[in-house]
Amino acid sequence: MAEIVVSVNGVDRTLRCEPQTTLAEALRGALELTGTKIACNRGACSACTVWLDGEPVCACMLLLADVGERSVTTIEGLADGNNLQPIQRAFIDYDAIQCGFCTPGLVMSCAALLKDTPHPTTEQIRTAIGGHLCRCGTYPHVIEATLAAAGGVAE
Amino acid sequence: MINDGALQTERLAVGILSTGLTEIDRPVPAGEPPPLAPNADLKVIGRRTPRIDALAKVTGAARFTVDVKLPGMLHARILRSPVPHARIRAIDVSAAGRYPGVRAIEVIAASGDPSTAAIRYAGEPIVAIAATDASIAEAALGLIHVDYETLPFVVDFEQAREATAPLVYGDGEERRALQDEWILPYLPRNGNVQQAVSAGNRGDVESGLQQADVIVSGDFRTNVQTHCCLEPHGIVADWRPDGLTVYASTQFTAGVRATLAQEFDLPLHRVRVIVSAMGGGFGSKSSLRDYGRIAVRLSRRANAPVRLVLDRKEEQLDSGNRPGTWQRLRIGARQDGSLAAISLTSYGTAGVGTGAGVGNIAQALYTCPNFESAQYDVFVNAGPGSAMRGPGNTPGAFALEQTIDELAERLQLDPLKLRDGIDPSTVRREERRIGAERAGWNRRHAPGADAGPIKRGLGVAQSLWSANVQTNAACEVRLYRDGSVEILSSVQDIGTGIGTILAQVVAEELGLRPAQITVRIGDTEFPPGGPSYGSRTTASITPPARTAAYRVREMLFQQLAGKLGVPASTLFAHDGVISVRGETKPDISFCEAAAALRTDRISAVCSRQDDYMGFRHAAGPDAAMAHQDLGGVQFAEVAVDTETGIVRVERVVAVQDCGRPMNPLLIESQVQGGVLMGLSYALFEERVMDRHTGLMVNPNLEQYKVAGSRETPAIDVVVLENYQGQSATDAYGIAEPSNIATAPAIANAVYNAIGVRMRELPMTPARVLAALGKVPTLEHAS
Repeated sequence: MAEIVVSVNGVDRTLRCEPQTTLAEALRGALELTGTKIACNRGACSACTVWLDGEPVCACMLLLADVGERSVTTIEGLADGNNLQPIQRAFIDYDAIQCGFCTPGLVMSCAALLKDTPHPTTEQIRTAIGGHLCRCGTYPHVIEATLAAAGGVAE
Repeated sequence: MINDGALQTERLAVGILSTGLTEIDRPVPAGEPPPLAPNADLKVIGRRTPRIDALAKVTGAARFTVDVKLPGMLHARILRSPVPHARIRAIDVSAAGRYPGVRAIEVIAASGDPSTAAIRYAGEPIVAIAATDASIAEAALGLIHVDYETLPFVVDFEQAREATAPLVYGDGEERRALQDEWILPYLPRNGNVQQAVSAGNRGDVESGLQQADVIVSGDFRTNVQTHCCLEPHGIVADWRPDGLTVYASTQFTAGVRATLAQEFDLPLHRVRVIVSAMGGGFGSKSSLRDYGRIAVRLSRRANAPVRLVLDRKEEQLDSGNRPGTWQRLRIGARQDGSLAAISLTSYGTAGVGTGAGVGNIAQALYTCPNFESAQYDVFVNAGPGSAMRGPGNTPGAFALEQTIDELAERLQLDPLKLRDGIDPSTVRREERRIGAERAGWNRRHAPGADAGPIKRGLGVAQSLWSANVQTNAACEVRLYRDGSVEILSSVQDIGTGIGTILAQVVAEELGLRPAQITVRIGDTEFPPGGPSYGSRTTASITPPARTAAYRVREMLFQQLAGKLGVPASTLFAHDGVISVRGETKPDISFCEAAAALRTDRISAVCSRQDDYMGFRHAAGPDAAMAHQDLGGVQFAEVAVDTETGIVRVERVVAVQDCGRPMNPLLIESQVQGGVLMGLSYALFEERVMDRHTGLMVNPNLEQYKVAGSRETPAIDVVVLENYQGQSATDAYGIAEPSNIATAPAIANAVYNAIGVRMRELPMTPARVLAALGKVPTLEHAS
């Protein structure tokens, strides 16, 4: 077991882990941040999406030991206290949610998109969430919500 | 609530809103709340209300079964068969038992016992281990030695029908030790083919066909579809001397409790099943299932809580699937379009299980005096099927609705006109009218009429589903002296938003906002809610919720009336206050009124009563079918690239009904989900079995293709308000009906685009090019 320090949601966390421990396992396990979900555990569904220095990545495809100095943001760290991000508010208002298991990952990807592209087109949103699998089929409402959060008009 | 059978006559507004409501007088059991007005006259029900657990779901706070962590909890993994058919000669778990951290071992497929030594599919559970860590359990599985006597196998259900095919079940072999009863073979078998199931046969098909002016017939194949729930099947079992508590990702908490009580010989009150957030089921989480039994056994043996969560490969191999089918359909009709006869033969496979029929859509959707069917289950060496969103009727609709489309063309009738003549449902008639207008049906051209390589087409198909009701469904409404209100039921929210709908129902009755209602569900400590399958949750639990809220309100009014010195009948609740009708007394806030209660809390528990006009038939002791007229008509618009074979669905218009729509925002989500699952079934999804190894080739989410955001068409959802005056809420389900018509609507649109009929799912580029004669025909995958 090695001791590793990782910055998660702005706080340095120290934990002991096996070399093969993934970021997703560490978040859900020792760090008790279970908002990050594991659904396929091999980068095929994007349910485990978190930010690494602000960029969306699959936490199941990254070893904890490889995070290094980069800062990790999870769904729990997205809102500023009780102040939701506009994309979170829009997910609620447009019902871009059904069972909710893939939702944290989708929120992280849509929030990252809006951070870099404040006024995305529908095509840009489709591409940004192209790697996400939502079996309930929330995509139409996710696209509407993202357009609305960007201040655009939902189609 | 028990009523004494007394009836009172009520005036109810019934009918489809867009075609006009009529008022009728109908006897209603005494004690029922007064008839609920149409949605336009309501404040909360029928409004687009965001779901109450949305905040938890967008912040990561929602707690799913996979997130449950108990003190001292062990982690279990299952050793599964790497081969499709074998007899276990010996199992040695001694080295695994000595591995540090291992706390319990359950040998499931014991050698020596013929009923458990037989392995019939790759992925079948053999041994389970609980250890202090999942990686320890996994490592210990590697120390188990299993001596397999491998046997000949068959995974292709057409090969399985051949007389020389290896037998999945030998003579006298009937069942494994575990496994849910309903999937086991139960009829005599001829080789791997179980005796046919026939239902609804009537008239004389042969003479009907002789009288027909036109006969169309076709053979259709549908794929095995896996559920792909994002939250894996999972359970945390906590066996203690004073009882068993189970956290389960389930569609039916009360059903899992009943099964556990029976199988582990515990009284019902000593078993508690809990689910908070639930990450999708689609039919595959309807019952306890083997992994659930295994976790409970391990917990009992280890004397500690045990967490057992399947990984994605296990999900694909052994968590259920929609059976694959082959169907031969013959329909005879007269020149005026009236049907003379329908004949259906199907062979389907649910792997080692049963339930691969194609439903009753061919039998019941259209008026036809002569009908016969024979539906055969064929066993193969693959994981057992299970219910999946509109089981039976979804593959059945693919064959039926394409054949009807073909019939219309042969008769030179518009497919909608043909259906106007043979579909007795007034609901679907209105849905066809609305959908045709929305979809621009009048611009539909002749098949293959577009010039150029990309050809567009428009198609339509219909669905048929039962309005199911669980009568073993109850809930409690509590009012506290501080004005707080709770609704409690074991009913679970699997993503449909039933918790939100319950809050709306109670809020409407008490004149409050949904946010003022605390919803406590998904726990068998509360009154038993029904299952969330068969599109029955809303139909089952909202009427007793309204009745309970009504009774609590009446109790409050009784007590308040005494204090105010007015008759209780003059009080009414609205907008957070209680007013006195016909007097100038000031309004009393709801909280003030509650403060007048004699006790800290009052409550009412109510159960689902029969529909006012009765049910069409019972479905076992706990459920019934109200009627079979849940409709749904879908129009699909596609663009087919005849050079690449790629089908793009550009738009779907889905016109659906569910009685009274309770929350159009959530219904829209449900219907979009049903359409997308149907689109994915139509174009992409396919379990591929290697007939040489007997293994699934794509047990993952990257090679098992599911539609994503880029494949999502514009989906136009229209929901009728269809008031039937049958219960306290008059609401029925929508989840399954919205899935059934999509694949045939797309197939009919593809035909309209290219003039060639696609009779096999999924409609991949290779199959489209083969149908166009541009590449050789594929071998059939199983």
